[in-house]
Amino acid sequence: MTPMLAIFRRELAAYFATPVAVVFIVIFLVMSGTLTFTLGGFFARGTADLQPFFSFVPWLFLFLVPAITMRLWAEERRLGTIELLLTLPVAQWQAVVGKFLAAWAFCAIALALTFPLVITVNVLGNPDNGVIAAGYLGCLLVAGAYLAVGAAVSALTRNQVIAFVLAVAACFLFAAAGSPIVADFLSQRVPVLAEVARGLSITDRLGGFSRGVVALPDIVFFVAFIGFWLFANGVAVDHRKAD
Amino acid sequence: MDVLIEIERLTKRFGSFTAVDDVSFNVARGEVVGFLGPNGAGKSTTMRMVAGFMQPTAGTARICGHDVQDDSVAARRCLGFLPEGAPTYPEMTVEGFLGFCAAVRGFSGSDRRQLVHDAMTVTALDDVRRQPVETLSKGFKRRVGLAQALLHDPQVLVLDEPTDGLDPNQKHDVRLLIEMLAPKKAIIISTHILEEVGAICTRAIVIARGKVVADESAAALAARGASLDQVFRELTLAPEPVA
Repeated sequence: MTPMLAIFRRELAAYFATPVAVVFIVIFLVMSGTLTFTLGGFFARGTADLQPFFSFVPWLFLFLVPAITMRLWAEERRLGTIELLLTLPVAQWQAVVGKFLAAWAFCAIALALTFPLVITVNVLGNPDNGVIAAGYLGCLLVAGAYLAVGAAVSALTRNQVIAFVLAVAACFLFAAAGSPIVADFLSQRVPVLAEVARGLSITDRLGGFSRGVVALPDIVFFVAFIGFWLFANGVAVDHRKAD
Repeated sequence: MDVLIEIERLTKRFGSFTAVDDVSFNVARGEVVGFLGPNGAGKSTTMRMVAGFMQPTAGTARICGHDVQDDSVAARRCLGFLPEGAPTYPEMTVEGFLGFCAAVRGFSGSDRRQLVHDAMTVTALDDVRRQPVETLSKGFKRRVGLAQALLHDPQVLVLDEPTDGLDPNQKHDVRLLIEMLAPKKAIIISTHILEEVGAICTRAIVIARGKVVADESAAALAARGASLDQVFRELTLAPEPVA
């Protein structure tokens, strides 16, 4: 556990040692706030909840999370530090999980900084704070899912731009899999795949959380999804570390 | 003799190209082996396999009795490795970086501070301890890599071009350092600088096209011809034997 914790700490500190953290957090807060109050019609809806906020966060994460993960392994490879890191006495999975958890903790910090929205809605009305907590949990799990995908993609290349573009594309597949357009298209042509696509849809899973339902199958889905991509990440690091 | 590094029929192929071809040798405590060869001869590849970073195609290596493939983490615990180019995390301070390496190796609290302090003293890094590594000159960066390899007082040191990029005074310091460490450790150093071999190595191994072409004391190697330079040229430029 010690090596994993050391890697976790180093990675998390690295976000704040560079302007990455400030840029990411500021852009995330500005955009999530703006979208909630304008497109989301926060005031016009007349309901004391954060429904509009929770519906925009996954789409913001779609672009912002790959911006975090693109450097995760690609930069280690470019700098050659991957040779240093993986010749220290750490098991490979500890490096993979340590890096992932640091990125996840960073996303959690960004999400936590949206707390003024929670205060606002509590001042203006009487929201169900349980529903809000479930919504935040859902957003955090979505961030974790995107992070796991992005980290695995980052391990495949030394070019950060490629890592970013591929990660956005891969995350978009899982985000859009449950949308009506994809569902209609697939159920007309390949009905078998329509069920699979719905099953893998990240946005579908989030729906329950933002209504306040924390269902076990959804949790299992996210845990399995993250686990699968972290495993893929380990395999990718193993096979391509010396290239 | 107390054999700390055992390399057994180590082979690495990239596609049809054989980078390291059936290399075997042992290094005992107290020995300083100079690993010589032209660029692309397979020096770094051999060292990467010994450090457990690359998987050998065939053969294996053992460090302090631990197999680098089956018991990789234990082997790496006994090893101090300086990768080619001495990669470090650019945004970290010298002290932070060494602290991270010590933490990954399982040291904490005052033990960790002491190790970091000792490593910085021995490599003359005290004056720059709070500077980010990216602001340092090439010679300092190399010494940070060296400090990282020496940090935990390992029994085995594998240093890939430790004096590359250093000025003559710094080279001299590194040689003195290695001489001081030599009696208690088994050391492999790769280098292009032939005079270095005579100065610090008890034994020289010359590798060309992936094969060991000479393995004897530096004096014996020099005695083969007019000068060490000439012997090196003859050994490494020798035409491929016709099969």
